[in-house]
Amino acid sequence: MIQSPAISLWPHVPEVLLLASSLVILVAGLFLRPERRKWLAGSAMFAVLAAMAAVIFQGAEPVKASAQDMLLADGYALFLKVALLAAAALALLFSIEYVERTGLAQVEYYGLLLLSVAGMLLMVEAVNLVTIFLSLEVASIALYVLVGLDRAEARSAAASLKYLLLGAVASAFLLYGMALVYGQAGTTSLSGIEAFVDSLGEGMPPLLLVGLGLVVVGLGFKVALVPFHLWTPDVYAGAPTSVTAFMSVGVKVVGFAALGRVTLYAFAAAQGDWQWLLAGLAALTMTVGNLAALLEKDLKRLLAYSGVAQAGYILVGLAAAGEEGVGGALFYLFAYVFANAAAFGVVIAVARRHGADSRGDTLESYAGLAERRPWLAVAMSLCLLSLAGFPPLAGFMSKLYVFASAIRGGMTWLAVVGVLNSAIAAYYYLRLIGLMVGRRERQAPDVVPSGAVCPALIVGLALACLATVLLGIWPEPFLEWARAAARSLLGG
Amino acid sequence: MNQAGFPLLTLIIFLPLAGAGVALLLGQRRSIVRVWTIAVAATDLALTGALWGLFSYESAEMQLVDHAGWIAPLGVSYRVGVDGISLWLVLLTALVSLIAVWIAGVGPGKNEAPCGPWLLALETAVLGVFCAVDLILFFVFWEAMLVPAYLLIARRGGERRRHAAIKFVVFTMAGSALMLVAIIALAWLGYEATGVLTFDRSVLLGVTLAWPAQLWLFLAFLMAFAVKAPLWPLHGWLPDAYVESPAPVTIVFAAVLSKMGIYGLIRICLPLFPSAVEAAKPWVWALAITGIVYGALVAVVQRDIKRLLAYSSLSHVGLIFAGAMAANVQGVQGALLLSVSHGLTVTALFLVAECLQARRGTRQIEAMGGLWKSVPLLGTLALTVMLAAIGLPGLSAFPGEFAILAGIFLQSPTAAGLAALGVILGAWYMLNLFRNAFAGPLKLPENRSLPDLQRGEAAVLVPLVVLLFVIGILPNLIFRPTDAAVSQMVEQAQARLVVEAQEGGE
Repeated sequence: MIQSPAISLWPHVPEVLLLASSLVILVAGLFLRPERRKWLAGSAMFAVLAAMAAVIFQGAEPVKASAQDMLLADGYALFLKVALLAAAALALLFSIEYVERTGLAQVEYYGLLLLSVAGMLLMVEAVNLVTIFLSLEVASIALYVLVGLDRAEARSAAASLKYLLLGAVASAFLLYGMALVYGQAGTTSLSGIEAFVDSLGEGMPPLLLVGLGLVVVGLGFKVALVPFHLWTPDVYAGAPTSVTAFMSVGVKVVGFAALGRVTLYAFAAAQGDWQWLLAGLAALTMTVGNLAALLEKDLKRLLAYSGVAQAGYILVGLAAAGEEGVGGALFYLFAYVFANAAAFGVVIAVARRHGADSRGDTLESYAGLAERRPWLAVAMSLCLLSLAGFPPLAGFMSKLYVFASAIRGGMTWLAVVGVLNSAIAAYYYLRLIGLMVGRRERQAPDVVPSGAVCPALIVGLALACLATVLLGIWPEPFLEWARAAARSLLGG
Repeated sequence: MNQAGFPLLTLIIFLPLAGAGVALLLGQRRSIVRVWTIAVAATDLALTGALWGLFSYESAEMQLVDHAGWIAPLGVSYRVGVDGISLWLVLLTALVSLIAVWIAGVGPGKNEAPCGPWLLALETAVLGVFCAVDLILFFVFWEAMLVPAYLLIARRGGERRRHAAIKFVVFTMAGSALMLVAIIALAWLGYEATGVLTFDRSVLLGVTLAWPAQLWLFLAFLMAFAVKAPLWPLHGWLPDAYVESPAPVTIVFAAVLSKMGIYGLIRICLPLFPSAVEAAKPWVWALAITGIVYGALVAVVQRDIKRLLAYSSLSHVGLIFAGAMAANVQGVQGALLLSVSHGLTVTALFLVAECLQARRGTRQIEAMGGLWKSVPLLGTLALTVMLAAIGLPGLSAFPGEFAILAGIFLQSPTAAGLAALGVILGAWYMLNLFRNAFAGPLKLPENRSLPDLQRGEAAVLVPLVVLLFVIGILPNLIFRPTDAAVSQMVEQAQARLVVEAQEGGE
């Protein structure tokens, strides 16, 4: 067969589009008069929607283009791209009013957000250790800046520094692991590694295993697996809330995407060696995340720990392996994107009219929300119930799939740990709902503003809630899609 | 297509939910919401009446089945139906829900945040549990029930309401969490045996389960059902949830939600895990009988009427649980009849407590005494209901208790004797309550001029008392529709038991 050196750009149109828009926004923003800056949000939104259209159009006629063993736009990548672009679109809808209110630098905000999305899109199709690392850095560096963009807020700067330092440590782990793998396998391409691992048979060289372990640790930092999760609550709470809404879902999607490619594809032949590691990390992550969330009084920190626990559930699917497991994890990611991003959307809406010092993040500020803002309370309740895994919402279906795949994969104990964790988690999710529907007690300050909520925010919340309900009561097409994506990963 | 020619059962299940959705859209217009929720609950009760009319007594199979694909790759489908085991519980649910929505609409708390819509949502979940044939669908309704139940306690209850609500949810979820694992594992074992992945209960009935697996699955299901019923010592959530809730919610919890546990035991555990049931029987009986005696003894010393009734309910449900666990026709039939009877009596009893609280402003028994002289009509009704609850012949509980004790006696005379002891203790606290609240001299002056039975109260209490008499005098009204389904279930379970015993012996 003749190797064609030409790289088809068509599968990479979404990334190119976003990169270009990001640069245009960054440059053109310099010349925009301040009152015209509101155009930036619109053009960023346009770029994301155009990228989404391109992805969906590609999905209609599956292309499987590989750029020199560097990028592979297969079904797996397409599925995750849709999830990422949905997260980006939601984040943009939540941002418009928030960015103006908090006085964030708009040019940098939208430019960096698009840059981060572009990096993430590249990462889900990266099939080479080099591209995985590069795209992860593109996405992360943009996020380090975004987290610290709120210059009026000391917590924001602290969060940015913390994220930068721990992110750098994670990158170091990742890079060292990659180096070890390269040293053993002699190639950075995942298909090359797959062939190498396959040829080894039973005897895996220890250094290769150490390399794989370090890669898992590095990615574990990114998706906040216990015990690499310690940065999460501070960063989520300190970052501008709209940035948290995006990174809390986007980073998990790409982290798990890379983790899936490395373990289930490149190291597929060594499943016995990494399966117990992922299963153990999953059990630990679920349990510690949920227990820590029980004690939190700050909503953004609570959602951070809840996000840690959610990462544990997703990892159950990957640990279970096989088409069911990966499909379950992918479906879970998809459902998680909507529920989690929308929960932060409600935080933005509730804390809307705040000075920079009081952000209305404490749980008490949600007491009695149902009476004053019934629809915000409904949206928040739907998100929380979905995250808690109550039927018939998306979160329940995702948990059902990953637990079913764990049982079928012979890991019943992991499913038992998972369901017991759901019972723990119900406590803190329902406590918040109880606060919202109950009466306001004592003289809690009325922090919920009375004015209208920004229409874009309402649209975003409505779409996310609709998706959360729809994925729950009519999951079949999405499940089929997730399974097809899983097949395209496992099939090579 | 089913007998009705259209998806009647689906309509019955989801009508309350749709009604609740509309009620939420109506928002703050509380008087409209009240009328609307009552109208929806009444319509649903009328539809269940039609269901009864269409129900064929001779068939032991699922009737009026509605079926639709749902999640084909997982083998999950939407399939609902009724048979003799679920028929009365469906009717009971619709009736009690109507009463609860009615009280929420016209009772003393009517001007607070409306709880009618949430009661309707709860009704949908409970009806779904009683009708689901697919086990995942069963679990979906089972878990979905928690959300409205939680909100009902947390929003409108007494001072410790949030504590009570969270306690209820954590107990229930801890119980039901393992049930999900068991359901999936059961379907997976079925897949290995038959090659078809399905969660259809009627198909899974054909799967023979090896011994240790069967025991573990049984225990996982039993845990969920025992928490819900509740079976002693898993009743920790019960006193708080019953006492802290407003009256309509307490009624639904005590009358209907407790029956979900009984129903699950009869519907899933008995036919699917016969060997495990046989092995666990003495242990579960021991727990149930302890619960009967414990509930009765704790009820004796209570000073708060609602708390007394909560413990009496624990005692009664223990008896029903023991009867169902006998796993023979008499025991299961008796358990079903006593479930219906207990649903009606406990509703009436909590209503009486609510009437007294509305008049006296307190539920403390010592604040009453001699009330018979000031409220004779209410006193008469209260006495009738209490006599029904303790199993006086001619009233509804007696045939159920008799059948249950007969069912247990056939297998273990000792257990039957101990359970009967609990029934006698029931008479002690109930008559004690009557003596302290209604009989004797009228000591407190503020009790002299209390209004007697109001028209609104009579409208609910009198029909309930009539029903108690009807069931007590004509128990076959209840027994006959349940007969075919229960007999078939027991026969199949015993046949499986023989097969499994042979396989185990080989």
